[in-house]
Amino acid sequence: MLLVLLATLVLINLYMLGSSRLGSLIRNVGLQAILISSIAILAIPDKHLWHFWVITGLSILIKGILLPKLMKYALRESNTRREVEPYVSYPVSILLGLFFLGACLWISYILPLESISIPPLTLGIALFTICVGIFLIVSRSKAITQTIGYLSMENGIYATSLILSFSQSFIVEMGVLLDIFVGVFVMGILVFHINREFEHIDIHLLSNLKD
Amino acid sequence: MLNFLSLIPLILALFFAPLLSGIINKTKAWFAGKTGPNIFQKYKDLYKLMLKGSVYGENTSWLFKAGPIVNLAAVFLALFFLPQGGNVAFISVNGDLFFFIYLLGLGRFFTILAAFDTGSSFEQMGASREAFYSAMTEPVLLLGLSGLGFLSQSMSLSTLYMHVENIPSLANAISSLVFIFGAFFIVMLAENSRIPVDDPTTHLELTMIHEVMILDHSGIDLAFIEYASSLKLWLFGSLTIGLIFRLFFFSFWVQILLFLVGMALIASMIGIVESFFARFKLVKIPYLLITSFVLSALWIIWIIL
Repeated sequence: MLLVLLATLVLINLYMLGSSRLGSLIRNVGLQAILISSIAILAIPDKHLWHFWVITGLSILIKGILLPKLMKYALRESNTRREVEPYVSYPVSILLGLFFLGACLWISYILPLESISIPPLTLGIALFTICVGIFLIVSRSKAITQTIGYLSMENGIYATSLILSFSQSFIVEMGVLLDIFVGVFVMGILVFHINREFEHIDIHLLSNLKD
Repeated sequence: MLNFLSLIPLILALFFAPLLSGIINKTKAWFAGKTGPNIFQKYKDLYKLMLKGSVYGENTSWLFKAGPIVNLAAVFLALFFLPQGGNVAFISVNGDLFFFIYLLGLGRFFTILAAFDTGSSFEQMGASREAFYSAMTEPVLLLGLSGLGFLSQSMSLSTLYMHVENIPSLANAISSLVFIFGAFFIVMLAENSRIPVDDPTTHLELTMIHEVMILDHSGIDLAFIEYASSLKLWLFGSLTIGLIFRLFFFSFWVQILLFLVGMALIASMIGIVESFFARFKLVKIPYLLITSFVLSALWIIWIIL
């Protein structure tokens, strides 16, 4: 079951690298959050801790439902459908994604993590999710896609923190959740303002604002 | 090693291969709400073409005549190495995997040469596309099969397909077989010029790939080409459906029967895909093939870990 969920997560990550439709990107990043929470439910050994269920429930609620809704709203306001001109083309992005996946799995297998009971495959895919997020941020030119990359990165960090330091992850995760909630909120407002100023949400024109 | 019992699926393949395109067309017609052509239409077409004589252009050489014959011979020979329905192939030696793949390559090479031999620029355009896309499908096929080779520690196509059940656990088998099945299905669509890659019913030269290469062939040569392409569809369908076949064990005859049902299912799956998708733009086709490459690579990652 865990393997099937992990396979779906990998496919979703690769799809996010190769898709130009912003609407389905937003849906997928929500799905990614829900999948990661379900993987955490399956993989974490001590489920009797109450704060585990609080984190999982909150992250499904906020990252799986609330933030995608918010971004859908921002998308509708800005009248954008597609990411037209990425800095790195889609086939190249997918092949690079494959390379990232290999690298992350390799790293997670050579790390000396004897004290952790979770299979290294899970850790590798969590790291891969972070990589996908970072890559989306640096290689796409629309503000919405960058927000999606930011969310995907947070999903990966959440999964990694659950795997590596389960006992402390509660406080960290609450802080991070608050951060991304505020972050996406601010970005939504920013997208709205960029859109009103330039009539589109490409960010490369923002560099004209400097002195 | 010869395995005479597999002559039975081999003969069945020779007999039933043209039926697959009939099933595909029936499925498409069903989705479009039409009656569609007779399911045995391909047999009738082949019979009609057999009775006709061939016309050869004045400036063509022996290559033009050799193209269809070598293509049919290569595909026919490849059928002897193909494990069908969870059984060992008629001929199986270590390393016949590469022989199998490059037999298909040889057939394609001669089709391309024959297309060039006519001197028609349309046919050369189709030939160049065929060469380009098949160069992208070949690594996918080799990568997928080498994953099977990793499981069985062998390089014989029969042994590869006999050891699919070596995948460690059931969950792993489900998730990894979905990857390889998807990759092989896309390869099958691309190699047999089915719809997301090429439309076999179109007659607009600018967009065709496979059909444009055989524009100048006629009569019995065209029958050879059509029959070879039916056999090739059977080959790839069998490679795809064979992945899930070893997960179950039945007696020989039940296996054969299930195999034929499986081939019919594959054909109707192609029909469903063709009813729901339009042909991709030519620049989009590499995306599709890269997707199948990624699926193949994921399959490798999944079984090694």
